[in-house]
Amino acid sequence: MDNILKLDRISKAFGAVKVADELSYEVPRGEALGVIGPNGAGKTSMFHLITGTLSANSGSIVFDGQDVTRTSAAKRCRAGVARSFQVPQPFTHMTVFENAMVAATQAAGLRERAAEKLCLEILEQTELMEKANSAAGALTLLERKRLEMTRALCAKPKLLLLDEIAGGLTEAECVSLVETIREIHRSGVTIIWIEHVVHALLEVVDRLIVIDFGRKIAEGAPHAIMESPEVQEIYLGIEADA
Amino acid sequence: MIVNGYTVTRATPAARVAAMLGAITLALLVAAPWWAGRADLRQLGELFLYLSLASLWNLMAGYAGLVSVGQQAYVGFGGYMLFALTMFAGFQPVVAIAAAGLLGALISVPVAALIFRLRGAYFAIGTWVIAEVFRLSFAQVSALGGGSGSSLPVGIVKSLAASRQGREWLSYWLALGAAVLVILVVHLFLRSRRGLALTAIRDNELAAGSLGIDIWRTKFAVYVLTAALTSIIGALIFLQKLRISPDAAFSVNDWTAFVIFIVVIGGIGTIEGPIIGTLIFFALRETLADLGTIYLMVLGAVAILVMLKAPRGVWGFIRDRYDLNLFPLGYRVSRTDNKEP
Repeated sequence: MDNILKLDRISKAFGAVKVADELSYEVPRGEALGVIGPNGAGKTSMFHLITGTLSANSGSIVFDGQDVTRTSAAKRCRAGVARSFQVPQPFTHMTVFENAMVAATQAAGLRERAAEKLCLEILEQTELMEKANSAAGALTLLERKRLEMTRALCAKPKLLLLDEIAGGLTEAECVSLVETIREIHRSGVTIIWIEHVVHALLEVVDRLIVIDFGRKIAEGAPHAIMESPEVQEIYLGIEADA
Repeated sequence: MIVNGYTVTRATPAARVAAMLGAITLALLVAAPWWAGRADLRQLGELFLYLSLASLWNLMAGYAGLVSVGQQAYVGFGGYMLFALTMFAGFQPVVAIAAAGLLGALISVPVAALIFRLRGAYFAIGTWVIAEVFRLSFAQVSALGGGSGSSLPVGIVKSLAASRQGREWLSYWLALGAAVLVILVVHLFLRSRRGLALTAIRDNELAAGSLGIDIWRTKFAVYVLTAALTSIIGALIFLQKLRISPDAAFSVNDWTAFVIFIVVIGGIGTIEGPIIGTLIFFALRETLADLGTIYLMVLGAVAILVMLKAPRGVWGFIRDRYDLNLFPLGYRVSRTDNKEP
């Protein structure tokens, strides 16, 4: 099968804390993969390892046929890995449109005109056009989350990593966000999505993995996973409406 | 180009007006030798060179986050290269100034490789140490007068222009040309793809790195470009002075402290800031010249006041209040029916 991403026994520790412990899995091209797990399980760290913000102690990461284990974050991004940050990281003194332009020119490597066209199209899609000339620092939480998504899409990714993009949103906002993510997925982009808002996640993903203490503890069809005893145990007390 | 009724422009009405006023001012300044006195010409020449130094320091500290307190290394290096190349290699002074820029870029490469290992405050101190190493090294060169320095030989000075007036005019135009060149280079750089990357780095390094920007390379490019242009300015400064010594050439006070003052009160991280800062600095210096050392205390007080009341400088204050940009660096999305979206 054609895998866009393959993690092979990836480990990373900060002192005694293991954020990734022999973590292995494969993501077929075009899949939407959901990731769940308790807080502090190492989900965001896993994204840092895939994007190159953190480098692994051992193991290997293959993206799109290339071993990228020792490749810089910037190079991996230009190769087609884009992410949204759990805590939005806007370029605060630049406008929303300029934030998008950074992704389109630097990550996607587009020339001026082509970049402007892409940014306008994506802003329309992510419903941020109204705010195109506003400073990114002046946005609300929802708008910041949309900006994260906008920037990631302007990078023209092959693999899109979404980190709790639905967290903190109202029900109505969540519905329109899910619709946007579906649309992106339909256009052929592979997605890995970390989310605590499980019902939103289940509307999009083809497969689910569960992570705890940096290890993969379950993997499979979304509804089967949600009903498995391990997951029930982990989510006891924070029971999701799935 | 129109997408779903939206279009993107870069020039704003304010920028067009500013460009026009700028062109008129420039024309007046080019003609200054015919309407200004000798002392004013000298003063203006110095102002242009400070404006250049401030714009360059701002590009480095305000955009790339490289807070250097050692730019006097390149001012002094450029000055010494002018003397060495004209005296020992027989270069025509104007050619020597350009060559000083090239050599400044060359020497900045190993320096950057060394000090880029340091971060924040350590980087700042590192640049200062490098500047001191430059000063001590040039003080060892007895051919250039060692610690007491040397004067530019009369023959070389005369090769610029036969008459004293001719030399003064040329020196003025070179300084004006340098300031225009520096502002133009900074403006075009910031408007380019690299500039967009640099502005992104200024705001958020984590996000910039995750969006495909090579942070180290971008900062390195800025450092080398700044070093080259600062060396050219250094050569011009000592072409005006006609005399060089290690203490004058590598003075942290003259070439860095005053420059930081200009940028901070004018508005760091904007092109307009250093321009306004330079005008304020020279206005203060002229009005307080008779006060002696009290003048430095007033400068300090002004700096503290601006930092407390308008931390983003005079221009930052104006820009936030009136949403004004005189240099069209940004992008503006508008609907084709000319309404803001």
